[in-house]
Amino acid sequence: MEKEDSKSKKAGGRLCCICNQRRAALKRPKTLEQICRECFYEVFEEEIHQVIVENQLFKPGERIAIGASGGKDSTVLAYVLSELNRRHNYSLDLFLLSIDEGITGYRDDSLETVKRNEIQYGLPLKIVSYKDLYGWTMDEIVRVIGLKNNCTFCGVFRRQALDRGASLLKVDKIATGHNADDIAETVLLNILRGDIARLSRCTSITTGEDGPIPRCKPFKYTYEKEIVMYAYFKRLDYFSTECIYSPNAYRGFAREFIKDLERIRPRAILDIIKSGENFRISTSTKMPEQGNCERCGYISSQKSCKACVLLEGLNRGLPKLGIGRSRGHNNDGRKDGKQINGTSIESKQCGTLDF
Amino acid sequence: MACNSSSCQSGCFRNEVEREQHSNPPTETRSDSNEPNLCVKCKANEPMCGAGEDGKFCLDCFRSNLYGKFRLAVTSNALITPADNVLVAFSGGPSSRVALQFVHEMQQRSQKNFDASKDRSLRVFGVGVVYVDESTYYSVPSCEIDKAIQDMKLTVSDLAPPAKELHIVPIESVFSLESSDGRERLKKLLDSVSDPTGREDLLLHLRMLALQKFASENGYNRLVLGLCTSRIACHVISATVKGQGYSLSADIQYADARWEIPVVLPLRDCLAKELNMLCQLDGLKTVEFLNKPHSGINGLVSSFVKLLQQENPSRECTIVRTAGKLTPFHFNKIPELNDSSVPLASRRRQKRFNLKPSESISSESFCPLCYSPLNKSDLTSLNGQESSENSNIFGAACCSSCRFQIFPKDHSSMEHFCSLLPGPVVARAKHGDSNGNFSLLRKQIQDCLLSDSEDET
Ligand SMILES: [Zn+2]
Ligand SMILES: [Zn+2]
Ligand SMILES: [Zn+2]
Ligand SMILES: [Zn+2]
Ligand SMILES: [Zn+2]
Repeated sequence: MEKEDSKSKKAGGRLCCICNQRRAALKRPKTLEQICRECFYEVFEEEIHQVIVENQLFKPGERIAIGASGGKDSTVLAYVLSELNRRHNYSLDLFLLSIDEGITGYRDDSLETVKRNEIQYGLPLKIVSYKDLYGWTMDEIVRVIGLKNNCTFCGVFRRQALDRGASLLKVDKIATGHNADDIAETVLLNILRGDIARLSRCTSITTGEDGPIPRCKPFKYTYEKEIVMYAYFKRLDYFSTECIYSPNAYRGFAREFIKDLERIRPRAILDIIKSGENFRISTSTKMPEQGNCERCGYISSQKSCKACVLLEGLNRGLPKLGIGRSRGHNNDGRKDGKQINGTSIESKQCGTLDF
Repeated sequence: MACNSSSCQSGCFRNEVEREQHSNPPTETRSDSNEPNLCVKCKANEPMCGAGEDGKFCLDCFRSNLYGKFRLAVTSNALITPADNVLVAFSGGPSSRVALQFVHEMQQRSQKNFDASKDRSLRVFGVGVVYVDESTYYSVPSCEIDKAIQDMKLTVSDLAPPAKELHIVPIESVFSLESSDGRERLKKLLDSVSDPTGREDLLLHLRMLALQKFASENGYNRLVLGLCTSRIACHVISATVKGQGYSLSADIQYADARWEIPVVLPLRDCLAKELNMLCQLDGLKTVEFLNKPHSGINGLVSSFVKLLQQENPSRECTIVRTAGKLTPFHFNKIPELNDSSVPLASRRRQKRFNLKPSESISSESFCPLCYSPLNKSDLTSLNGQESSENSNIFGAACCSSCRFQIFPKDHSSMEHFCSLLPGPVVARAKHGDSNGNFSLLRKQIQDCLLSDSEDET
């Protein structure tokens, strides 16, 4: 009797501090409140709903592509968006949009996950492949250029492929799974690199409104840890292996720093985003003038877009073409001293952090 | 403007010291031996350092380059002018030691010009030195403190004439109480802050208050801080992490005149490494043990920046350069430049470097606790609160960062916390200043007020 009593206390005698009825099952990463599973689902989903409503991310009747990689962020995004769409009558047509880079043993497996998601969530899936768009798979590109610089291709091609897939689906907007940790990291990286133009817009919840297809980040204020927790408790089906061609399958300095901060002050992630939103940046600080690529019509500040330049190099047997040139200005973090003890300052090598 | 490649020679000065009798063994050797190994500036002497892109200076050129950065900052921004009476905040560390040295040298030079001029029309600015004694908070054995203060006094009195005095200001002087009562109150105040970062930052605010109070009561009109690029880089990151992105640009400019006594940062373009090096080379004595390592967020930030600096030696410069592109505030310049004692050249240069007039017309309101400018979102969250209690009014008037990391979590302790704060801080919140929160709030309800007088309620 006594034994059982102390046992039940240990296992969670504490009640959920939201409903005060069920036993607390977890400590919420964002607030450290002890809450039950049901309340966690509710606050998690409700916060995202509020972000969508307050920022008017979607309009009724819109067609929305969810950038789906099979990873945790986009899987949870697909699940939550379809839930909220039903629950709150957003009247959205949701699609899953995946990119097949052609990486054997990595993307084919993660695409299997997305295909299961298609059935599980009842969302139509569109897959666009590098092979179809560019005539090259990543496997083939790596065979030509080796393991160095392959992420340059990966990142540039993926960004464009997502847009092309979206226009094939005739969607109005792309929703991506970038979370609060990602955005906080991007704020720091832009400070570290001296990129004031990107710093001024990296906290925008919607970007590319001047371009062909705007992108939005419903998880802007959602902590990575909570996304993992949600996927874990809901037993969502996602794929968690790192890209085999990404030479650095670990977190970069900035990400480690954010995790350290979160440990002693969870609110720091939101504070970094808040700082990013409030920096006094004069409106004359703009990105370079955008035109269109002469070859493919994709938006570009140069005559040819980056993808076309890289592609030309590949096709002419000069794969180094276009790699050395920095994307914009002030990219000083990339040129030299990029790595120390095998660690770089950024966590995602394929450019998925910055779009 | 902090550092571009041409003015920032932040390279390695690590292994030049063989010629001095210091211990560092050379770790790098010059790679291309074809070129004659000469200082890049004077092209005559041997450089101190054999490797790296920057920093191929000889000892003399290294020195004059560093002093040059200081002087450029001072003259371009009219940080110190002949009529001024300058107070140098001296902590005993290398940065403020160099600040003291450079201010002293500048004063010597203008003294020389004064002596040489026939009509003696050019005035020489005055210099005082102040040390804020925080031993009440940091429990350092009093014999060590006494020793350190003795050393610092010697440092100051050893400077060539004009003679300067080192003033010791206990941090509890902000309370304007008997010393034992002040110490008691300081301890209570800091103990009531549970967040270690918040406690550290509060102490920093109090230090500034103590400096301001002393400067104001003793006829100084400039306060020189030895903040260098490296420290400013850390501040950029920690302010970002604490959600102070809006007010950040106020803190990192050459001049900050939001205070009664304008604060100036003439070493803004110098790296800690360079300043340490100069202290070593010139035998400038520093007192190190007083520099407590940071804790909490500030500690994490400084080890992060240190790591980044190892990864890329220009990282600190880049961070400060990024933050330098943020729009400064109207108070980030030295006011009243029409004074005829300011040389025309300074006035012209200041015009060139400073803000456009359109940007300077703004009325900021300030957090009464840390005195950082508040942005609109801070002010609107303030309006939501309805309370007549002083402590709540105070709480609502502060920035969200202070509210989070310094204020007690529960409302019942708030009254007690406020009673411990120095009088002027509380007064700032109650009355607001000429362009403070109160008038801003007033503006928002103006159409509903029946009288223009603020006393009527
Ligand atoms: Zn509950
Ligand atoms: Zn990759
Ligand atoms: Zn193109
Ligand atoms: Zn030289
Ligand atoms: Zn404050």
